[in-house]
Amino acid sequence: MMPMARKTICAAVCAAVFAAAPFATPATAAEIGDPEIGAKVFKKECSKCHQVGEEARHRIGPILNGIFGRGAGAHDDFKYSKGMQRMSADGLTWTLETLDAYITNPRALVSGTRMSFKGLKDDEERFGVLAYLRGYSDDPQNIPEAEPTALSSAVHVPPEVLEIIGDAEFGEYLSSECTTCHQADGSDEGIPSIVSWPEEDFVVAMHAYKQELRPHPVMQMMAGRLNDEEIAALAAYYATLD
Amino acid sequence: MKLNRRTFIGTSLATGAALATPALAQAKPKVVVIGGGTGGATCARYIAKDSEGAIDVTLVEANPVYTTCYFSNLYLGDFRTFDSLQHGYETLAQTGVTVVTDMATGVDRDAKTVTLASGDTLSYDKLVLSPGIDFVEGSVNGWVEAEHDQIMPHAYKAGPQTTLLKEQLEAMPEGGTFVMIAPPNPYRCPPGPYERVSMVAHLMTKINPTAKIMVLDPKPKFSKQGLFQDGWNRHYAGMIEWVGPDFGTENITVMPETMEVDLDGEMIQADVVNVIPGQMAGKIAGIAGVTEGNWAPVMPDDMKSKIDENIHVLGDASAQGDMPKSGFSANSQAKVAAMAIRGELTGSRVFPAKYSNTCWSLLGVDDGVKVGASYESNGEKIASVGSFISQVGEDAALRKATYEESLGWYAGITSDIFG
Repeated sequence: MMPMARKTICAAVCAAVFAAAPFATPATAAEIGDPEIGAKVFKKECSKCHQVGEEARHRIGPILNGIFGRGAGAHDDFKYSKGMQRMSADGLTWTLETLDAYITNPRALVSGTRMSFKGLKDDEERFGVLAYLRGYSDDPQNIPEAEPTALSSAVHVPPEVLEIIGDAEFGEYLSSECTTCHQADGSDEGIPSIVSWPEEDFVVAMHAYKQELRPHPVMQMMAGRLNDEEIAALAAYYATLD
Repeated sequence: MKLNRRTFIGTSLATGAALATPALAQAKPKVVVIGGGTGGATCARYIAKDSEGAIDVTLVEANPVYTTCYFSNLYLGDFRTFDSLQHGYETLAQTGVTVVTDMATGVDRDAKTVTLASGDTLSYDKLVLSPGIDFVEGSVNGWVEAEHDQIMPHAYKAGPQTTLLKEQLEAMPEGGTFVMIAPPNPYRCPPGPYERVSMVAHLMTKINPTAKIMVLDPKPKFSKQGLFQDGWNRHYAGMIEWVGPDFGTENITVMPETMEVDLDGEMIQADVVNVIPGQMAGKIAGIAGVTEGNWAPVMPDDMKSKIDENIHVLGDASAQGDMPKSGFSANSQAKVAAMAIRGELTGSRVFPAKYSNTCWSLLGVDDGVKVGASYESNGEKIASVGSFISQVGEDAALRKATYEESLGWYAGITSDIFG
């Protein structure tokens, strides 16, 4: 009787803790920044050299429309510094991370850049400018591969993950994302079956995707935003199917 | 006191009225879903399945059999049969969904009723609109849907239009010209027109190898552009010409009578013209009064209309933020909405919304590519928080695996939707 009692208590506690969790930590993506603040900072700090918007033209610096997702030094009709040309050849692409680094301190990212700007050290101002510029790049609705417009709420919870007892009911809910590709009856046509795996194997595989050790991009994306409880819940649910 | 007949009837009527409110409260809550495509059928099935009979679900769809738009390009390229795109509603009905084959013609949001073309009326507690797209009148000069869709088909709602386009392509004279008028943003399935071009080119290499393909595109850029153009060069060198707004594609007139296309003053004589017009939410969304501009704005956490809290709008018709208009997106959104609706009607658990999308495209034999992203609510819209795309230069084995994965996805999503 002892082991069973212990298991029951643990399951009850875990369920109680977990039942509250989704409401305590809603999965809300974070804004890049406030584009209105960004517009003001852009006007004050950037607009002497750069233009953005429908009527924009190259000035001292290049047009900034469509910069997110574009390679560095990509305008054929603008003469870039040797430093920027070198970064272009090395494959630097403007993403939220690289633009953030560049605007924080241009010379730290691109040696020899002609952008003689001391850098924006204030986070609110800098993220505001990034949010403002994001509005002039591709809309993911039309170009799904476009750079993200927000920061994921995905949380990385440290180890002891195999100890977590999965909430199979929650797992069933989460599995509705899996069944889009992995058939619930275990059919295997181009996409592997994930039905009745041992729970531990399931959890380990999902974390391998999450850590991008396993290479498949769809699964990296799916696993990347599942937290440890969610992975455990899915493992618990799929273990029950046959 | 003597009860006469009149008094008795009066009393019983009054009693009936007094009982009406509690009786209604105890009745099963009613969900009506308009549109049996990917969003609507998924939502109806998930509500019926997960509520285990506690919710009365009715699905209204005009067609007795659904033809998926996704993979219809593969039919044009002879990679799929037309039959393989078609799905019936029998299994959905077995799940407990009442399937009504009829056209919804009106929504009374105050009375919470839906009117059907047959004259019947359905009442609802929650209404789900998943009507897909209709075309914006006048978006392509010279083309009127009711008059010209048999001459210059759109084939952007799968069904008879798809088979018509295929017949026209097969009957094209040797060395003839196929012109596609690509749609402006936003539209259903961002890579769809370009996958279609790939599939038409594949068909032509087999039956009409000197044929020419011209894409007249009002957009300066399109999804997977690098991947498509690389694929076109590798598989169909010299056959496909893509023309963007630098060459006047914002000033196009089609002439169905003569099969000509006027491209900014330059006349192109075509043999087959595929007009994919500008798009808007399926008309019933506008009739219901839940649209702003061409689309129906929704809350990002549960796909609820921003205009009416008793209506959810799914899929292509909705304006939700960053998700592309795709079957994958509609299926993803439908599950979030189904959970939210069950939560409101039966008090079942509601978990935070998660959305995702992947679009596979076929470039040629065993040459598949994909683009995808994950999405979250940021409180105001559904925002993209991460994306990936196939790379130019991937090896043949990976491209083949990507294509096989897309076949698995089709089998998976259609079984998820239709049971």
